[in-house]
Amino acid sequence: MITDPATITRNAGEHSHHFHGGLRLRHHKQISCARPVERPPLPDLLTVPLQQHLGTAVVASVEAGRHVLKGDALGNVDCDGGVNVHAPTSGTVVAVEEQPMSHPSGLPGPCVLIRPDGDDRWCERRPIEDWRSLSTEALLRALCCAGITGLGGAVFPTHTKAELGRNAGIHTLLLNGAECEPFISCDEMLMREEPEKIVAGAQILQHITGAEKTIIAIEDQMGAVRKALLGAINRSGADDISLAKIPSIYPEGGERQLIQLLTGQEVPAGGFPADIGLLCQNVATAAAVADAFLDGKPLLERYVTVTGSGVAEPRNLLAMIGTPFSHLVAQCGGYTPEAARIIVGGPMMGFSLSSDQQPVVKAANCILVLTREDIEATQPEMPCIRCGECARVCPAQLLPQQLHWQIKNAQWEEAAAYSLGACIECGCCDFVCPSHIPLVGWFRFGKSELRNQAQERRTAEAARGRHLARDERLQREKQQRRARIARKKQALMDKSQQRKSVALAIARAGSKKTAKPPEEAGS
Amino acid sequence: MLTSVALPVLILLLLGLVFGLGLGWASLRFRVDSDPVVDQIDALLPQTQCAQCGFPGCRPYAAAIAAGEADINQCPPGGEAGVAALADLLGMEPKPLNPENGEETPRTVAVIDEHACIGCTLCIQACPVDAILGASKQMHTVIAAECTGCDLCLPPCPVDCIAMVAPEPAREQWRWPQPARPVTAGEHG
Repeated sequence: MITDPATITRNAGEHSHHFHGGLRLRHHKQISCARPVERPPLPDLLTVPLQQHLGTAVVASVEAGRHVLKGDALGNVDCDGGVNVHAPTSGTVVAVEEQPMSHPSGLPGPCVLIRPDGDDRWCERRPIEDWRSLSTEALLRALCCAGITGLGGAVFPTHTKAELGRNAGIHTLLLNGAECEPFISCDEMLMREEPEKIVAGAQILQHITGAEKTIIAIEDQMGAVRKALLGAINRSGADDISLAKIPSIYPEGGERQLIQLLTGQEVPAGGFPADIGLLCQNVATAAAVADAFLDGKPLLERYVTVTGSGVAEPRNLLAMIGTPFSHLVAQCGGYTPEAARIIVGGPMMGFSLSSDQQPVVKAANCILVLTREDIEATQPEMPCIRCGECARVCPAQLLPQQLHWQIKNAQWEEAAAYSLGACIECGCCDFVCPSHIPLVGWFRFGKSELRNQAQERRTAEAARGRHLARDERLQREKQQRRARIARKKQALMDKSQQRKSVALAIARAGSKKTAKPPEEAGS
Repeated sequence: MLTSVALPVLILLLLGLVFGLGLGWASLRFRVDSDPVVDQIDALLPQTQCAQCGFPGCRPYAAAIAAGEADINQCPPGGEAGVAALADLLGMEPKPLNPENGEETPRTVAVIDEHACIGCTLCIQACPVDAILGASKQMHTVIAAECTGCDLCLPPCPVDCIAMVAPEPAREQWRWPQPARPVTAGEHG
């Protein structure tokens, strides 16, 4: 009997399932959960990047010298390509210029630099309380204008994802509260501190996407979170929102792994969760949606975990977008003397930064400061012994050692055929490799190589098209020129013919005249 | 006697006529306008249209390879990888690039010094992929994303205001660096 996966997934959360591989990791979350969440004081300068989402940068609508209020839009957004960004506080725009971005490349991107005036004065806020009666277009537009993107790390524009889900006719909205990477605790703190917001956001998102129910997925070790969320769900009176506990086996918070845990179904390779009737959003995204609709607050700040053995007092901060990372670390007691490396994200999937002056962006969930002892290699890299441990732990069911050989030998077609693109870069293979081979480093390199090759093929195709069009145009112009010249020649010939005939006629007339006089004379 | 020979001959002649007509019709009906081998070769060429191979563009070079008039190692922008791909497609042995055609260099884009440009349109006419924008006596500019770095706009410029530079690094095209290979003996692969 064949049953449609989208039907099976209706039972999400009712039974426990598992995904292939994964690891039980030490959590290291307590160290940043012990202290209460704080809001750091205003920094001297905020650097707000104009592109914090997947897509194209928004075009700045402010210029240097302009005074902005908290919540003012900084760009003109076209909702096809991205979401807007907003002034995180009131102050003066110092410059709109290229600044290094919190991106593994550290390459610059357009940013708006704001010097806060200290008043933190809001612009006129427009809550959307009647969201239940608005059209889908208006709701999606509101999401985009409030600058809401997925806050789990991929920063995919939420309105685009919601529209995709709605058009695919999803039945269940999954809120991802499974924060699987070690050290990161910002979502856990958010769920503990503001469960009402998450539930309210879930109701709005469920309405926008047309889902029938919502499941909030949390880890089985989050006791306090469970209590807080259950209380908030009861108080809201919503009977279509439920909680699901999932085992903490890294990377259970990955979208595909979470879905497999809750439904037993796999999202098709190259497909979306919407293909099997589901839509996944981070809990922090839901909270941001509630802020935008109920309070009229665009996405200006987020919970950021500042942790690691290189930070004196690890904790969670409610940080404004654009705050330099150094300001957050200072708020947590500064660096310890042993601090050696600063990482954005977690120890498994994060990337290291070249400078702590780079700003908090919507994607930045954690700043992890590691000490020399943490990062020192315990053993040099050795040749692969083909033990197969990497394939055993790979949650995407790939063959990491095979891919490793292929990438090393530049066998790009083979690597693509072995689904290199399906690698989620979770780092499990790296973690278990007894030869300490930087497998994920190779996969990241290989994936960007494949992406660039595809891009090069597209540009080559475009160049071919333009060259063909040019050749055709030149041919056409040549023919037209020839035709024109031929016409002119013809016209000239006609004219000279005419002239000749006129001359002949004149000559004839003249000869008649000359022939006549004798007659005249004679007459 | 005569009929026993003439009849088979007649039948064979008729059959030949029928099949000949059929083949003739099919060759008209199912005609392939372009040579599929040329298409396949053309798809592997980098489409810079730079003419370094000695042919006026990538497609003519592809046609020459298909006809056996050109070697597969005459395309510097395609580089060694391009030669290897062509060798793979055509079942030949890969060979090093022919130095007569030039060397494999990193991709560049043309930039026009807009103060020096006199608006003569000569570079626009030379650009094989229509990547230069401008009009007579108006300043010209290169659409960087569409420039293939073929150098063909350099010779015609009367004021020498075009330079070939490395393209601006973009975050979209940034690639993760290749991990360092460990220095260990006896590694294969």
